[in-house]
Amino acid sequence: MNKKKAYLILEDGTTFQGFSFGAERPTSGEVVFNTAMTGYPESLTDPSYSGQILVPTFPLIGNYGVPPEVDNGLSIFMESSKIHVQALVISDYSVEHSHWNANKSLDQWLKEQNVPGIYGVDTRQLTKIIRERGVMLATIVMEGGDLTLEHQKFEDPNVENLVAKVSCCGLEKYEPTKNAPETPLNIVLVDCGCKYNIIRCLAKRGATVTRVPWDYDFTQLEYDGVMLSNGPGNPAMCGITVENIKKAIAKGKPIFGICMGNQLLSMAAGGTTYKMKYGHRSHNQPALEVGTNHAVITSQNHGYAVDTTTLGSDWEPYYVNLNDGTCEGIRHKSKPFFSVQFHPEAASGPNDTEYLFDTFLALCKK
Amino acid sequence: MQEIKKNPTKVLLLGSGALKIGEAGEFDYSGSQALKALKEEGIFTVLINPNIATIQTSENIADRVYFLPVTPDFVEQVIEKERPEGILLAFGGQTALNCGVKLYQSGVLEKYNVRVLGTPVQAIIDTEDRKEFVKKLDEINVKTIKSEAVTTVSEAKRVAAELGYPIIIRAAYTLGGLGSGFCDNESELDVLAAKAFTYSPQILVEKSLKGWKEVEYEVVRDKYDNCITVCNMENFDPLGIHTGESIVVAPSQTLTNSEYHKLRRIAIKIIRHIGIVGECNVQYALDPNSEDYRVIEVNARLSRSSALASKATGYPLAFVAAKLGLGYGLHELKNAVTKSTTACFEPALDYVVCKIPRWDLGKFKGVSRELGSSMKSVGEVMAIGRNFEEAVQKGLRMIGQGMHGFVANKELAVENIDESLSHPTDKRIFVIAQALKKGYDVEKIHALTKIDRWFLHKLQGIFDLERELGQFKKIDDVPNDLLLELKQKGFSDFQIARIIFGENINVEEKMGVVRNHRKQQGITPVVKQIDTLAAEYPAQTNYLYLTYNGVAHDVEFKAPQPPKGGYINPNQTSGISCPPPSGELEGASDAVIVLGSGAYRIGSSVEFDWCSVNAVNTIRQSGLKAIMINYNPETVSTDYDMCDRLYFDELTLERVLDITDLEQPRGVIVSVGGQIPNNLAVRLNNNNVHILGTSAENIDKAEDRHRFSQMCDDLGIDQPQWKEMTSLEDIYAFADKVGFPLLIRPSYVLSGAAMNVVSNRDELEGFLTLATNVSKQHPVVVTEFIENAKEIEIDAVAKNGEVLIYAISEHVEFAGVHSGDATMVFPAQKLYVETMRRIKKIARQVAKGLNITGPFNMQLMAKNNDIKVIECNLRASRSFPFVSKVLKVNFIEIATKVMLDLEPNIPHKSAFELDYVGIKAPQFSFSRLQKADPILGVEMASTGEVGCIGEDFNEAILKSMLSVGYTIPKKRVLLSTGDSRSKTDMLPAAKILQQKGYELFATPGTANFLAENGVKATVLHWPDSAEKPNTLDYIKEREIDLVVNIPKNLSKSELSNDYTIRRSAIDFNIPLITNARLARAFIEAFCAIGRDEISIKSWEEYR
Repeated sequence: MNKKKAYLILEDGTTFQGFSFGAERPTSGEVVFNTAMTGYPESLTDPSYSGQILVPTFPLIGNYGVPPEVDNGLSIFMESSKIHVQALVISDYSVEHSHWNANKSLDQWLKEQNVPGIYGVDTRQLTKIIRERGVMLATIVMEGGDLTLEHQKFEDPNVENLVAKVSCCGLEKYEPTKNAPETPLNIVLVDCGCKYNIIRCLAKRGATVTRVPWDYDFTQLEYDGVMLSNGPGNPAMCGITVENIKKAIAKGKPIFGICMGNQLLSMAAGGTTYKMKYGHRSHNQPALEVGTNHAVITSQNHGYAVDTTTLGSDWEPYYVNLNDGTCEGIRHKSKPFFSVQFHPEAASGPNDTEYLFDTFLALCKK
Repeated sequence: MQEIKKNPTKVLLLGSGALKIGEAGEFDYSGSQALKALKEEGIFTVLINPNIATIQTSENIADRVYFLPVTPDFVEQVIEKERPEGILLAFGGQTALNCGVKLYQSGVLEKYNVRVLGTPVQAIIDTEDRKEFVKKLDEINVKTIKSEAVTTVSEAKRVAAELGYPIIIRAAYTLGGLGSGFCDNESELDVLAAKAFTYSPQILVEKSLKGWKEVEYEVVRDKYDNCITVCNMENFDPLGIHTGESIVVAPSQTLTNSEYHKLRRIAIKIIRHIGIVGECNVQYALDPNSEDYRVIEVNARLSRSSALASKATGYPLAFVAAKLGLGYGLHELKNAVTKSTTACFEPALDYVVCKIPRWDLGKFKGVSRELGSSMKSVGEVMAIGRNFEEAVQKGLRMIGQGMHGFVANKELAVENIDESLSHPTDKRIFVIAQALKKGYDVEKIHALTKIDRWFLHKLQGIFDLERELGQFKKIDDVPNDLLLELKQKGFSDFQIARIIFGENINVEEKMGVVRNHRKQQGITPVVKQIDTLAAEYPAQTNYLYLTYNGVAHDVEFKAPQPPKGGYINPNQTSGISCPPPSGELEGASDAVIVLGSGAYRIGSSVEFDWCSVNAVNTIRQSGLKAIMINYNPETVSTDYDMCDRLYFDELTLERVLDITDLEQPRGVIVSVGGQIPNNLAVRLNNNNVHILGTSAENIDKAEDRHRFSQMCDDLGIDQPQWKEMTSLEDIYAFADKVGFPLLIRPSYVLSGAAMNVVSNRDELEGFLTLATNVSKQHPVVVTEFIENAKEIEIDAVAKNGEVLIYAISEHVEFAGVHSGDATMVFPAQKLYVETMRRIKKIARQVAKGLNITGPFNMQLMAKNNDIKVIECNLRASRSFPFVSKVLKVNFIEIATKVMLDLEPNIPHKSAFELDYVGIKAPQFSFSRLQKADPILGVEMASTGEVGCIGEDFNEAILKSMLSVGYTIPKKRVLLSTGDSRSKTDMLPAAKILQQKGYELFATPGTANFLAENGVKATVLHWPDSAEKPNTLDYIKEREIDLVVNIPKNLSKSELSNDYTIRRSAIDFNIPLITNARLARAFIEAFCAIGRDEISIKSWEEYR
């Protein structure tokens, strides 16, 4: 690989020098770190990262290359049809990859998708800066580019409606997986930036999934349950979705929200959300089911959180984060509505909480 | 804690005994942590462990310590006496686990109402019995290796035929794969199966999955069924090589998210189904061409891997497992590293660690060097880096076998590269380097080794960098970008110097040139923390490593730091770095650096960890900051809470200087970590690092044979005659003058062990012409070898040349057995007062002559009150913990105070006043070292030791011999007692045996001798004789309870008959003694006192 320098410039002027890989072009976005040790193909294709520059804290990236994309249907090892991050910043890039299921290198894939990457950066130092000062905007500049702080164009992705950008355009239907148990259930999936694995988790349990755009009034459809997906950016952009959820609550059929879905259900329940200093992005977040000794390790990717004190009186905390006490889920005290801030569908990350899909579908059957 | 637990008030913890292959220092670490966890709860702790050199058997760790064998009979007696409410079985390795299972099965635990804390015994049995294990995993549809447990050789053959060769055999209930191996055909199976049955009544025959990836998970579960996996690890070497023999990386590097979490999910499913409470380890085979997997085994206890996982992640596994055993939930415990977050999480690493085993196969005669499914390594190192290349090259230096990394080493003579790649030995990774040099590509090496291409590409990258650097002949010509990249990929200054300047230069000097140049260019390492959460939360941790893959330190230093290329931080480092309160060094001069012991190896083991930890404790108690440098994951000194700052990094001159540059310490202690730090003294001193205690100049004076000898001559102290010579003629002339036997120490060895004793001219000629090379460049030291002399050791501490305290011990064996293999008695029981007095005087003279400040040890020999000094080390010795604990005076505490120039508190206590005897006995691991001759000589062979205390010599020797695996023979003893002198030596013992009603067997010569002296013994013919009854049959049929085989002379060219007897005794697991003095002492002891008469007394009861 020819070594061409590239730079990451944070809005406070901190500059890291590294080397370019992937697409050789400048860009800008919000810098976030993720402490997961595996799963870069899954993370890069996670629509929740839309607008963000991803910094994996694990230094060795690219080791097992990139799995093949499947043309029709859901790519098995990816979470959407394309890379969503603005850029990837890492410490050590494995030029040579090795895996039975790889058909290209990470460098090649980033180039194909026109996404820039930088390797050779002290990602631990970068992470500490983000941890102490909060998430920041940043630019990526290629060798020879203008490095002066005043000339950087820091574009804040959160001012635009990222959900609208990544949501699907029309209704899409997914049949149950072959050999799945027979479960004649119709689930509406509200796509705010949905990861494929949510669909897989429902389909392999025998459900038929109808994926609808974020602003679609799904309450007109016939359904047995509503699944609210994850998604990027500020939940406040999704006022329409919240209104639709309110209608669904009135309708009474089960509702299950994940990540952004948790925030939207909370807003429908009268609650508010706030932006966290640097969010939770990792595979090792511990959550406790409130009122029990049941603790789970969860996969997370969110920058906003729910303030549970603002919820309506019919609602209660469901899960709580064992490290910092933040909201990890809410539920209705008597009705089949619940949501979690973490990702029970994992991909990437631990799938200890996949049982929540069973819980949800069992409610839908009633 | 949220709720009040009903803790037991008294808990018994079983230790693992002596260090042996497969069961080493990791259990000192896990036991110590468990005891700490119990102590925090206010629980009274009782520990049984005869390993006197451990931290866990020190004061203030357990409330009561028994230096007794960890066997069901002794443990029952302790239970009867102590009446504990609970017992912990998972912290003392397989030894403790097996003992616990037996106590459970025999009803002892129930009888005394002792509750097993943590994992229930039935769950342990389910994982240990292969049939049960497979059945259990079948119940939850988890795949195991297709296999069958059998109890006879013919059954084994039938199963093997069904499965198809190659197959692997495993013995149930054994340590680290003992009695296991691969068989390619039926005749190999015949041999191996017979052997395996001697270890276990049940063996497992299974299909071999050679070439699959090997992956491990460390899983934790609490009583609420909450589970976490603390770490996963991937073996560099594919399946087929025991995980203890493999290079291992953590976390896994070639697994996708899907594979990682599939195996994680299964591990949790298993731990739940089996019902572990605490920690367990799951080993997998993973198909390199699909997501197919098999579970290899589950260890329902803390293991070597869990110790490694603990150090690799910073997660205190043993501590947490002990708390879970008491009934806590994971979510009720805090993360001890961050102190703010919960223990219920999975560590996120932002670095990679590389574990590399340390072998000492060169110490053994005849041993097979091929790696396979049973473990032979004696220790390990863990290297931390921010890429694989950095970690692996650090690690290859750490193992301390003369290698400088992956490349730029001395040329390795490999006869057949293909063969060496496909049949790996302890040199495997260096053979890969050799193959690359010969033009092999990654594909070809992969085809021969099955090592994943990812690792091989990384190694190829290191090799390519070497080539790139090789184009430059001057350091000034090397571009900074390249120099930085070399450092980032783990190249040492030494490697760089050698590549640029070639081999035939003063590398030491050129290394300094490289160092100065790169420092001028601002190419220096940064210090990073291991914080369990990849910097997500601020952590108050002092667990540190150095890397070139970074631009900023995680901790603060007094000394100004040079800026890093390309990094601009307008806000400075303040506000983002987090100096830990404990690690914040108020003034640089408050810091004292202690250099640790490095990898455990034969000759340097847990005893130096004890010394290091005690030095650190003393420094901290003195109000100073202790900084530890060590890289051995099996130690307590590398625990997160032992010191103010822990640098888990290399003990090379380069790295220590990097650290002293940053820390600017008051001084460095080099005398408590054994030979590795000791060897650095002079060079550190030359680089203006202050050595605390005895000066580097005087350390060199003791280490340099010529200078030390000169001093002894000046002081009138006698030494065995010796001479360093460079020609054969000189050596023969010396031999004519001094006479035989002679001890030969070549500086260059072609094959076999470095030192040898020769008894006559023929042997001398043979050794000098075949095994070594005598020349100007390679001088040979020849020393007079005095037979039948007593060997005596003195351990002491001096200040400014005045001896403050000392301990004199004697060996049971005569001089000639390496002091590490000798059985040591303290206080000496059979020395003349005159001898003692003169030894004391010599020690005083030497202390004065070398102006010693700190610890030292001397080995001497005495024959008819004629005393000669063999060796003097100006550092703590192997026996420091032993004499400290027997005398109950901490020699290291005194030595450390002296080195810090503080007033030590010297108790007025004399060894003459002790009403008891301490005996330190060696532990051998010959059963692991296939084909090695289990014989004692001038090269050390033991892997560990125990130290027991008794009312008298007999009781102490019995306790210590039983602790290292000997058993009192029931009925039959085989004697084969060597030359006439040892035959005579052994005669009294034979008579006592006869009186006691033992049935004696002897080889023809010995039987004759005994008959002539009125002792009746049945003749057993030599193994190579066709005559019956034959020794070999009796050994194979296990008709003998104890074998005494005394080699006929001191040379290594033993008759094959004797070798066969010794080796088969080992292979068929029959106690073997090869030294006449020791055999006699043991026999007299068990004939004098019965097993029932052995007293069960704790350490504190000996006053």
